[in-house]
Amino acid sequence: MTLAPETTDLKVQLALDDDWFTVCDLSMLLPGRGVAALLPDGRQAAIFRDRSGELFAIDNRDPFTGAAVLSRGLTGSHQGRPFVASPLLKQRFDLASGQCLDDEAVQVTVYKVRTA
Amino acid sequence: MTATGANPTIVLVGHGMVGQRFLEALAERGLTATHRVVVLCEEPRPAYDRVQLTSYFSGKTPEDLSMTDMEFIEDHGIELYVGDPAVAVDREARRVTARSGEVFDYDVLVLATGSYPFVPPVPNKDAEGCFVYRTIEDLLAIEEYAKTRASTGAVVGGGLLGLEAAGALKGLGLDAHIVEFAPRLMPVQVDEGGGAALLRTIEDMGLSVHTGVGTQEIVVGEDGAVTGMKLSDGSELATDMVVFSAGVRPRDQLARDCGLTVGERGGITVDEQCRTVSDPHVFAIGECALAADGRVYGLVAPGYEQAETVAATIAADEAAFTGADLSTKLKLLGVDVASFGDAHGTAEDCLDVVYSDSRAGLYKKLVIGRDGTLLGGILVGDAEAYGTLKAFTGSVPPVSPESLVLPAGAGAPAQLGPTALPDEAIICSCNNVTKGTIRGAVTDHQCTTVPEVKKCTKAGTTCGSCVKVLGQLVNAELEASGVEVDKGLCGCFSQTREELYEIVLALRINTYQDLLDRYGREEARGGDGCEICKPTVGSIIASLAPTIGASGYVLDGEQAALQDTNDHFLANLQKNGSYSVVPRIPGGEIAPEKLIVIGEIARDFGLYTKITGGQRIDMFGARVEQLPLIWARLVDAGFESGHAYGKALRTVKSCVGQTWCRYGVQDSVRMAIDLELRYRGLRSPHKLKSAVSGCQRECAEAQSKDFGVIATANGWNLYVGGNGGATPRHADLLAQDLSDAELVRLIDRFLMFYIRTADRLERTSTWLERIPGGLDHVRDVVVHDSLGICDELEKLMADHVAHYRDEWSETINDPEKLARFVSFVNAPDTPDPVVAFVPERDQMKPDLPLLSIGMRPAEDVLEGSAQR
Repeated sequence: MTLAPETTDLKVQLALDDDWFTVCDLSMLLPGRGVAALLPDGRQAAIFRDRSGELFAIDNRDPFTGAAVLSRGLTGSHQGRPFVASPLLKQRFDLASGQCLDDEAVQVTVYKVRTA
Repeated sequence: MTATGANPTIVLVGHGMVGQRFLEALAERGLTATHRVVVLCEEPRPAYDRVQLTSYFSGKTPEDLSMTDMEFIEDHGIELYVGDPAVAVDREARRVTARSGEVFDYDVLVLATGSYPFVPPVPNKDAEGCFVYRTIEDLLAIEEYAKTRASTGAVVGGGLLGLEAAGALKGLGLDAHIVEFAPRLMPVQVDEGGGAALLRTIEDMGLSVHTGVGTQEIVVGEDGAVTGMKLSDGSELATDMVVFSAGVRPRDQLARDCGLTVGERGGITVDEQCRTVSDPHVFAIGECALAADGRVYGLVAPGYEQAETVAATIAADEAAFTGADLSTKLKLLGVDVASFGDAHGTAEDCLDVVYSDSRAGLYKKLVIGRDGTLLGGILVGDAEAYGTLKAFTGSVPPVSPESLVLPAGAGAPAQLGPTALPDEAIICSCNNVTKGTIRGAVTDHQCTTVPEVKKCTKAGTTCGSCVKVLGQLVNAELEASGVEVDKGLCGCFSQTREELYEIVLALRINTYQDLLDRYGREEARGGDGCEICKPTVGSIIASLAPTIGASGYVLDGEQAALQDTNDHFLANLQKNGSYSVVPRIPGGEIAPEKLIVIGEIARDFGLYTKITGGQRIDMFGARVEQLPLIWARLVDAGFESGHAYGKALRTVKSCVGQTWCRYGVQDSVRMAIDLELRYRGLRSPHKLKSAVSGCQRECAEAQSKDFGVIATANGWNLYVGGNGGATPRHADLLAQDLSDAELVRLIDRFLMFYIRTADRLERTSTWLERIPGGLDHVRDVVVHDSLGICDELEKLMADHVAHYRDEWSETINDPEKLARFVSFVNAPDTPDPVVAFVPERDQMKPDLPLLSIGMRPAEDVLEGSAQR
């Protein structure tokens, strides 16, 4: 999604069940890096902002190691699709689909994300 | 008993290692389902590992040695009769009679009767106290006799088994002698020189060796038991027991008795299918068979091959045994002995290359053909190169033969790149993937990139230490098959790291996005880059920061998004998502007060502490949000970042040197501190390690470092390109007897030249191997200034030194920079519940819950830190 011109009070929200859960100010997200968010049920999400300003959110748990670290990985784009590489063993995950690009059998949860 | 109508019967006579392999080969081919299989075994126990027989004396039980899984026997309906050998074969009626009197009709008879120990026909050879060395029962008898009735033992035969037997006697506490008729030990495998090296080592173990003498008579006492031996040189050797280990002979009596053809010197004559030449219903395999090439093979591998051949032939598949390679590699009494190919140089016109060091028990000989082809060789004392050399046998090795046998460090030891490795070489030891498999992924499975090869072969997917080699192999294979190899850094840049460095420096480009949009591949411009080029470019910009006008602080502005997580949080990410903290301890010198501060901090935050190999202290288990609190205290006590997280200078180790050590000739600690403080924070293609030793004794291990310094009476020697780790390399001497100033100037130039020209994640050791001209070229450039760039290299380093600032003290003094150190953007003080610890040895270790189980309840886990 493309964002409206930035204002300081824009909030980042994740879709949880039927509700939008407010995470933080948009200004907390640095292009090319992620942040971790704690969800009400104890799960964790990793939220990213790419160079064009688009937002993505996936589960923060690295399925290969169990550590909650995907938000600390490096992002990039591959054939136009954004991804994050796990900082532990470097497997890459498509940010839009959650699909692991290095192992077809592995996928992480994707969250809908918006600014409001 | 008669064969039942439906299923034909296979009778196997003999259940040794080869017999067992034959049964397994039958099962693999499904023949156990379509045949009745009967096994007659003479020994009281089913097949065991005879090759490892001697390990019984080092604590292995007969059960440990067993190779027979009774479940396998039962599952496949195999009728195994132990302690019941075949005594007669009626080939007319196709019937075998066992000692028990049982009779089995057969459709196929397989003889795997093995061999028997040869006992020379000397008087009293069967006296009490005389033994052979062949079965577990033999060993039990030797053990019993040695313990109760002997203090001295003699072994007749100095071959492989004889040496093992002598070692066993010695292990039983006996005074052990070896009597060998040939002029050297192991006459079959090694030549005179190898025998001499072996002799020295064996004698050093306390064994007495008598070569060139035969046994003429066993001397017995009044009770009929052994008291000594008469030797062919007229001497007498007093001994309480004798073990004959003078070779083996094929056990072919059963075959002879039923009229099968046997060789002149024994062995059942078979064809290439291992079928006896006399009877199409009878096969022979293993040590009892005289193979189609006229040899009896006493090694287990050819026996296995024969077993497979017969199973395939019964299944009507094509198979043949035409002969086998007699190459062997053994560890005998702890000594490596290997021979391969034409080890004794029997080929016409062949030449030897020999390296011999009897003092160290080393002997290495290569047999080389006139045209340079490696024909064979012998290695004693160090058979490390066996795999490589065996693979090169029959071809002309890519380096000179002498460099293959010289010990590492002598002269110029051969450094073969990964492309020179044989296909059998293990590249990924975590997943046991060979070079051949990796090449196959490219040639047969159309993989063209490292990620594809990783996926296809699993190589490089565990610890990742082989990925660099993997890349070289994939490129070499693609080039060999005519594919044009893209040497670009990644999918975003078609330039190498070196080219990007030149672009950044020449055009003063100081942001990643600028570089990507102007010099990236067409399709990558305007994009987000990738995890490979971002940190690489981040590192180049950081290395050149003062010169190109970028911020020297690696987390400023856009640079923050380029850094790997370690650089991003200025700490080292560990497996459970926690971090480790390493403050700089220059030269490894630390005052008690500072040690106490580290101890207090570790205690207060509940951190696991460990002394590193680089003379520092690593504190593990810090959570992201604790890092600033920990560092506030460290900075307050005068510590600064140790850059353990960065591709940067790590440590400069030192020994205490002249100040304390009675051997020291220079002040190595001072020099180490000076160097560490000079190059601290320097970002480079890979980590940099260094050390300074105060004398030639080299206690600081400087020759295993990227740049190492060793004191001399006249100054300092500078070594470069050393490495420990997965591919150890001794450093090369770059220059000698340097003054302090000369040393520093040369290191400045060396490091900057390396940073400028190395690939991403290429250590100085691999860089030195890769760049054209190698060490000589580097010496020309940095010592003789052949490119005229030394002024610039020195200036770049001066810029770095002048602009160094401690990253952690900058971080904790800037609230904006501290903002990133939170566990959750929406709950900055809530610890990540996944980061948990359990106690171990007075400290704690990560407790990583299994993904499927989810998180452990909070009250179950030991808190990783005191609440603050």
